[in-house]
Order: sequence, then C-alpha cells, then structure tokens
Amino acid sequence: MKTQRQFHDTTTNAKIDTIGTKNPSFLGIQAVFTGELRIIDEQCYDPLSIFRILNSSHKHVQLPEDFKLDENILIKIYRKMITLNIMDKILYESQRQGRISFYMTSTGEEAIQIGSAAAVTLEDVIYAQYREAGVLLWRGHSVADFMNQCYGNCKDASKGRQMPVHYGSKKLNYVTISSPLTTQLPQGIANSLAVGTAYALKQSKKNACAICYFGEGAASEGDAHAAFNFAATLDRNNGYAISTPTREQFKGDGIAARGPAYGIPTIRVDGNDVLAMYYATKVAREFCIRSKKPFLIEAMTYRIGHHSTSDDSTAYRSSDEIAYWTRYMPIIRYRSYLESVGLWSEQRDIELKKRIKNSVLLAFTEAEKEHKACWKELFTDVYRTMPKHISKQMYSMEKHVVEFHKHYPLHFFKRA
Amino acid sequence: MTVRDALNSALDEEMERDEKVFLLGEEVALYDGAYKVSRGLWKKYGDKRVIDTPITEAGFAGIAVGAAMAGLRPVCEFMTFNFSMQAIDQIINSAAKTFYMSAGRVNVPIVFRGPNGAAAGVAAQHSQCFGAWYSHCPGLKVVSPYNSEDAKGLLKAAIRDPDPVVVLENEILYGVQYPMSDEALSKDFVLPIGKAKIERVGKHVTLVAHSKAVEQALEAANELAGKGIEAEVINLRSLRPLDIDTIVQSIVKTNHCLTVEQGWPHCGIGAEISARISESEAFYHLDAPVIRVTGVDTPMPYTKSLEIAALPQMSDVVFAVNKVLGLQ
Repeated sequence: MKTQRQFHDTTTNAKIDTIGTKNPSFLGIQAVFTGELRIIDEQCYDPLSIFRILNSSHKHVQLPEDFKLDENILIKIYRKMITLNIMDKILYESQRQGRISFYMTSTGEEAIQIGSAAAVTLEDVIYAQYREAGVLLWRGHSVADFMNQCYGNCKDASKGRQMPVHYGSKKLNYVTISSPLTTQLPQGIANSLAVGTAYALKQSKKNACAICYFGEGAASEGDAHAAFNFAATLDRNNGYAISTPTREQFKGDGIAARGPAYGIPTIRVDGNDVLAMYYATKVAREFCIRSKKPFLIEAMTYRIGHHSTSDDSTAYRSSDEIAYWTRYMPIIRYRSYLESVGLWSEQRDIELKKRIKNSVLLAFTEAEKEHKACWKELFTDVYRTMPKHISKQMYSMEKHVVEFHKHYPLHFFKRA
Repeated sequence: MTVRDALNSALDEEMERDEKVFLLGEEVALYDGAYKVSRGLWKKYGDKRVIDTPITEAGFAGIAVGAAMAGLRPVCEFMTFNFSMQAIDQIINSAAKTFYMSAGRVNVPIVFRGPNGAAAGVAAQHSQCFGAWYSHCPGLKVVSPYNSEDAKGLLKAAIRDPDPVVVLENEILYGVQYPMSDEALSKDFVLPIGKAKIERVGKHVTLVAHSKAVEQALEAANELAGKGIEAEVINLRSLRPLDIDTIVQSIVKTNHCLTVEQGWPHCGIGAEISARISESEAFYHLDAPVIRVTGVDTPMPYTKSLEIAALPQMSDVVFAVNKVLGLQ
C-alpha cells in the first residue's frame, strides 16, 4: 500500500550545503540544505493513485493473495448493499409524502459503507457522520430498527429524540450521530486514545480500534485539522478515518495528500469498488492495531442521490454528470463481478430484490402504526438523576394531562 | 490555603482515587498549567494522565468529550474560559446533549474548568463571565466557587459527577488564602452540586452572589453592619441547578433581595434569580423590587480606571442596599 509521490525535477541529489551542518534537523524534520530555490506545488507531484480490485471489464479480477472471503460473505455483501438501496428508496419516498421530516440516502456510496464495515469487528467503535446507515446495517441493525428511529415511535431506541438517520446503537458500538459536522473526528480519536491508554491500565490489551467516517465538507472544518494533528501527535492512537472527497471543498490532491503532511499513513481507494474498500480497510485496521498509529483512507466515490431531502442537487450539477456516474455504481460493478465468478444470476437478483422490498415495506408499515414514545420521555435523561426543577415540570404536566385527557390524542402515545 | 492549592489538591486526590480521571489542556503537563493549578501532577502521574495538547480548543474539547463517552473521566482545562468559545459546540451540542439524545445510553462524565470572569488589565476578550452562557443550557451543570473550600469541594464533586460539569474559577482569587476546616482538608470532602451556602447570617436584606462577587457582598455586609443593617449573604456555589429554596427562605426572613455579579445584566444570573423569585412565594414577602448589581453592559475596557468602573464595587452594593431599604 506504499504511496508513490515522485518529484518530476531533480531533488534529493541537489547540491548539499557543505558549510551548514551535515544533517540539519529543524523541529525533527530530516531534510537537506540546497542552493536551488524551488517552489513546490501540486504540479510537482503525481496525484496519489487509487487502489482498486474490480477492473472496468469485471473479468480476470486478480484478488490480493491474502484476500480471504468465503462465498457466503461475498453474497452477504451484495445482499446488504441491495437492502440499503431499497430501504433508502422507500424512506426517501416516505419523506417526500410528508410521513417523516427528513432523510438522507446512500445511493452510490454503498461500497464504502458495506466494504469497510465487513472488514472490522463489533469490538471496533464506529464514529459515523450521518451517511453510514450501511455500516450499522452490516453490524446487525435490523430494517425495523431503522424504521422505528425514522418514525420516532415507542420502539425507537433513541426515544424519539433524534431527527431521522441519526442512528445509534450501544450494543453495536455505533456512537449516536451528531448533526454538527466533524465533531465525531476528535471524539473518535479520543475513543481510540481511551482504548489505547487508560483502559489498558485495567484491561488486557484490547485488539480493537475506532473508525471515524467523514465527508469532504467535514474535512474543511477546523475540527478535522485538530483531529489529524492530535491523532498524529498523541502517538498512542489506533483510530482511523475514512473520507469521501469532491472537488469544491479543496485545491490540491484531495484529502489523502494531507495524510503524509500530518505524518499519518494513507491510502486512496476506489470507493465504488466494494472489494477494494474491504481489503484496504482490513489492511488499515491491522496496521492500526499492530502499530498503535492512526491511518487515513480516502475513498473516491460519487454521491448519486441528493445531499438530503432538504437539498435539490440538480441546482448545482448536471443530469449528464449523474448519469455518467450511475454507470459506475458500486452495486452494478459488484454484481457483474459476482456473475463473472458464477455466484450470481439474473433470476437470483430478481428474487432477492422482491424479498427485500417486501420485508422493508412490512417494517415500514409496522413502524408507522406503532405508538409514539411516552410523553414522559420528554423529561428523562437530561441528567443522570432528575433534578427538582425538571421533575416539578413533569408532575405538573402529568396532573394537567390527567385532568384534561379528553382533549389530547393520548391513544397515539405509549402509556406511562 | 490558596484557591490554587485547593484546586490542585482536588485534582490530585481525585486522580489518585480513580485512575479513569485524567487532565488535558494547553501547558497543563510540563509547564504545570498556565496558572500553576496542575503543579506537580505531571511529575506524579506521567504522560498518560496529564496531557499537553496542541493549541486547538475545539480539538482537545472534542478529544475530552470522546474520552468521556468511552468511559474515562476527563478534566478539560481551558487556559481561560474566554477560549472555551472556540469549543462551545463540543461543550453544548456534544457534552450537554448526548445523554438525552442517546436516550440515556451514553453519558458524558466530563469537567470543563479554568479561570472565568474579569482578570486585571486584559480587556474585553479576556474579561467576561460565562456563568449565564453555560447555565442557560440543559444537560450541563455549572458551579462557580468563591473560596478555597468551595474550590476543592465543588471540583471534586464535579469530577465524580456522571453529567458534564462546567467549573468556573476566578483568576484573581487563585492566589488568595482562605481558611480550610479540618473537614475540608479531608480526602472525602465533597460539596453537593446545586446547594448554596449562607456565608453570613442577617435579617434585613438578602445579597445573592457567586464567585468573586461574594467578596464584594461580604465587604458590603461588613460596611452595612456598622450602620446597624444586617445583610444575609448567599454564596450560590452552583449556578445550575440553582438553589432557589435557600434564596426563598432568606427572603421570607429579610423581605429584601439584591443580586451581585460581575457578569453582564442582560439575561444574566441576577435576571434569572429575579424571575424565579417572582414565580415563587417569596414574591409575596418582598417589600421592594429585586435589584441587580452587575458588571456594566459594555465590553470590558483595558485601562484601569475604566475597568474599575465597569465592575461592581463594594460601594455600589452598599448604595443599592440603602436604596432598596429606602434609606436614601
């Protein structure tokens, strides 16, 4: 996974200043003196290459030697990608019909989510941004769990407190989504710090790490710089970050180019290639756990859906552009591969999609019918122990509801 | 014992008691802290428990919040609370709200601490009180110690608390000596968060203050005592939860109330207390309106003469008390 950064001009053998010290070391940087004034810009470099496994013809695919996934897992990867895709379609439509307030789809980014999720364990902690439902799906969150959260009903584990797609699961080590951009980066770094240091005092060495997901917008926030800097300087860290880029947010060679500048080992991966995502994440994870150092993966992809239901992306990109990328959709590429190795067929595909669609629709209907969270939950969990001023409000509301129950649609709510 | 040493022993005792407690911030380790509050701790506990961070408040506050989510008990020092504004998203949107938004599944046992309020001669961006800012937000607890006993007992309580706590210290008070009771010197000394202290008993007027303003209230009470006016001085200690019961009980006795604070008046701590009094039975015991003695409603000027004029002085409190009691 060595990154190749070659200068086009003569460099390392440039004239060495013999008057100065032989091995200058400014702030620990090992560099040589030179009499040649050279300006470095992105033209001096080859852009970082993009690692991929699935080639464009999907034929004669060469898997890395230590790539081990049995047939069941290969098919499970496809099944989860399709489930995510179908769930997205149904929930997106339900937002458009006014049944939920907000939604974000993962269309086009299924490979990043499922591929990376398949390469880590449930011991690893996930700090996601918001477009990583696939990671949670892979880890065992059921379609009903997703639906209950989006509907904020009484079965929603977050008690109807989070806007749609802000999932979280303590059981699945998936930290609740936070809307402000990039807060998950320093927090995730800290999580790995905790695993790597203080916890290690008590517990035996835990072979786990933290994975932070972030998009290119998040990489523009100051927190991203802070997190990279901390990850590199705190030096006992085994978290790593997975990012997806687009052009508007930066000049230069993307996010991956920042990795070496911070001293963080980095790979750039074809984010539309689910096998490459799986393999790169596996390598990164092993590196992190072995070396206790951070790692950066830049997954190159294209968001085919709108940013969210509050966005109409046709205002800033052409339908030709979307159509172009649709041809390279990760699901299409991966299906071709599975067919080429005899693991998949048209018939199986039709059956799978039909089955998943039915089960998603069933979960959807049931979530919608479910009671709303009990109104008392409005007041709980502000503090570990409910303070007097909050319990006073709760009791006065309770008294009011008892007295005027005829005027409230209490049958929609779960009973206290 | 100075307030600085009281804070230092609170940190030391809690780090010794619970290995999940660690301190991070700018210059807290090698340099012993910008105000020497963490003196000796890095030597005693080492790199893993006392961590110097790069200069990025949003970054290390986020690191601290993440560590708390992961089960540790971080104490996050802001060199001064003025710089906490750079990190306010992590404090409010992440630390204060996560327990609620995760439906009680993830708590954030974290302490944000550092000097708050006006220092001396450091102008507008280094002289402001964050009491009202942080007390506004549900999910946070906010304490504002005055003397050494407060500092030790409240910081220890904050570190042991399961919820995020903002500890607003005062730079001017760091070097001031206050007596410590035998009880306060004990390793088991913890003050309850949400409970005020009656610093001085009186029957004519109630003065409610926090942090350095307690000093002005006590000085004013001394001055007034010479004229036969007995002021009861309440040291709030906690700004959230607010101990309104102690204030109400005092007003039932004195029938007069003034608040004293260094922060701004608009939506300030005094404004909140005044509103809470109006909503309580204490309102019917008042013989005069509640009056706020606060910092002037301007950014803090640098030059000394104007700085003094911008902060409530003892004489302002005496003047206001006389007015409320109808003696002027």
